[in-house]
Amino acid sequence: MHPVIPYLLAAGLFGVGVYGVLARRNAILLLMAVELLLNAVNLVLVTASAAFGSAGQVFALFVIVLAAAEIGIGLAIILQLYRLRQTVAVDDVDVTVDVTE
Amino acid sequence: MTVTDVLICALGALALGSALLVVSTRHVVRAGLWLVVTLGALAGCYLVLTAELVAWVQMLIYVGAVVVLLLFAVMLTRAPIGASDGLDRSRWPAVLVGGGSAVALGALLVEAFRWSSIRPPAPGTAERIGAAVFRDWVLPFEVLSVLLLAALVGAIVLSAPRRS
Amino acid sequence: MGRIVIELLLRVAGALVAFLTLPLLVGQLEHKAMAHMQGRLGPMYAGGFHGWAQLVADGVKFVQKEEIVPAAADKTVFRLAPAAGLLPYLLVFLLLPLGPGLVGQALDMGLFVVLAIVGVGVVGMLMASWSSANKYSLLGGLRGAAQLLGYELPFVLSAASVAMAAGTLSLPGIVEAWRPWWLLWQAPAAVVFFVSGLAEIRRPPFDMPIADSELVFGYLTEYTGLRFALFLLAEYAGIVVVSALTTVLFLGGWKGPFADHQLGWLWTLVKVFAVSFVVIWVRVAYPRLREDQLQRVCWLVLVPVALAQLVLTAVVKVVL
Repeated sequence: MHPVIPYLLAAGLFGVGVYGVLARRNAILLLMAVELLLNAVNLVLVTASAAFGSAGQVFALFVIVLAAAEIGIGLAIILQLYRLRQTVAVDDVDVTVDVTE
Repeated sequence: MTVTDVLICALGALALGSALLVVSTRHVVRAGLWLVVTLGALAGCYLVLTAELVAWVQMLIYVGAVVVLLLFAVMLTRAPIGASDGLDRSRWPAVLVGGGSAVALGALLVEAFRWSSIRPPAPGTAERIGAAVFRDWVLPFEVLSVLLLAALVGAIVLSAPRRS
Repeated sequence: MGRIVIELLLRVAGALVAFLTLPLLVGQLEHKAMAHMQGRLGPMYAGGFHGWAQLVADGVKFVQKEEIVPAAADKTVFRLAPAAGLLPYLLVFLLLPLGPGLVGQALDMGLFVVLAIVGVGVVGMLMASWSSANKYSLLGGLRGAAQLLGYELPFVLSAASVAMAAGTLSLPGIVEAWRPWWLLWQAPAAVVFFVSGLAEIRRPPFDMPIADSELVFGYLTEYTGLRFALFLLAEYAGIVVVSALTTVLFLGGWKGPFADHQLGWLWTLVKVFAVSFVVIWVRVAYPRLREDQLQRVCWLVLVPVALAQLVLTAVVKVVL
């Protein structure tokens, strides 16, 4: 097999993810784009492990675990934000205003 | 082109197409569902690359938990049925940066690997990965468990109702 | 090459036949067993002898019904949801071993694959609940997602205990390694697995997502006709899957009192139906858990027990 095909696919996915992170205003959609970025990296790691032994797969597993932790915290923050401001659009959040009182 | 290449091309096209839909659709929940397709296709790629354990962990953790959490959050924040406006900023800067990074990475990887070819290893067993995790990568594994615990505590603290 | 293809096709066909018959048998068993437990007779007319064709008649009725898609629904997602809910169980049937060598596809990490695929089933439920454009459906789906995410944890942990004990993730391998005294050693894990399995397939007393007395019919409220029937089929297929997994992991699969190699498939089926009967029995015996009780059972009882079992398994494994 030719490793350049999955590598190119990973580059494409990464580009799509970067586009999503920059273009999306909805915080949850933004997180989805971040998942695409992580998956692009995972694909590179797994492809590399097909050539260079199993370390790449181990790293891919670690990345998946990190993604789970990230999503747990990220969604907790987003839901808290939604509870306080009734919006999940990241542009509308004025972090200088304290609304907790 | 071998069978492996063809399979990866097909699955890759599916993954890339649905990934594009994830970042471009105006239906919020459908973006999550397209993400399921992307992740599933990538799991297929991992299977073809003989990384079976990674593929199934992807299904269990990503599709079974991460995407479900995302969908859960989308529904809790009252995502409407049908298209919604104001999901995106102006497109062109993002297209420029995203496309640019994809092309740059692609060029780098093509330059590095050309049309070199490798023989994928025999279908992996869980045993091999298990040995690698617990012999060579024990410390990162343990650090990761601490990190997970911290994330767990953090999520609970964040979402616990505030007492005055 | 030709022989391999034919064998593969035969195995897939076998799994498909099992998928189409076993859930119906369990459904009929539920009709009759539940009726007798409640002092009724249950279906008696369809087909003549004790209403054996009741579910066939039900199927014909469902096919004839009008297919209604709510006007406000997300129609594509609404139509696809039953398939997304049913397909995972169909795939799992391919991996469950019936007897020695009698398995659709023996995989090195079969147990892990099965758990991963069962976990994907949630997506179908979320699709159904959101796309129905009905607040009861949405509430049901949210309850269901919270329940399934929570119960996934004890489900996987208790299965991991057996995998540790057997030293393999392959389902036939686990049955091979199984010894009768594991019934005692792995008993807590078996109970945790069975209970969280019930919750995974949203069977009473864990049917908060459906809760017909509060949420009309939860995420299934807007479904009619064939699509509703598919969801029902998924529920019964789920019973078979959970019973079969309990059998394979904790009850020794095809191992019976005698003639394991000739009658293995029979022992497996007998055990699967016995466990399915318990599933039905539990439905009749216990009232539905409230949402907070449901989460409490998961996090304060099942997860700690599963973790304790993991420790116990590890200790015994190291000592022996």
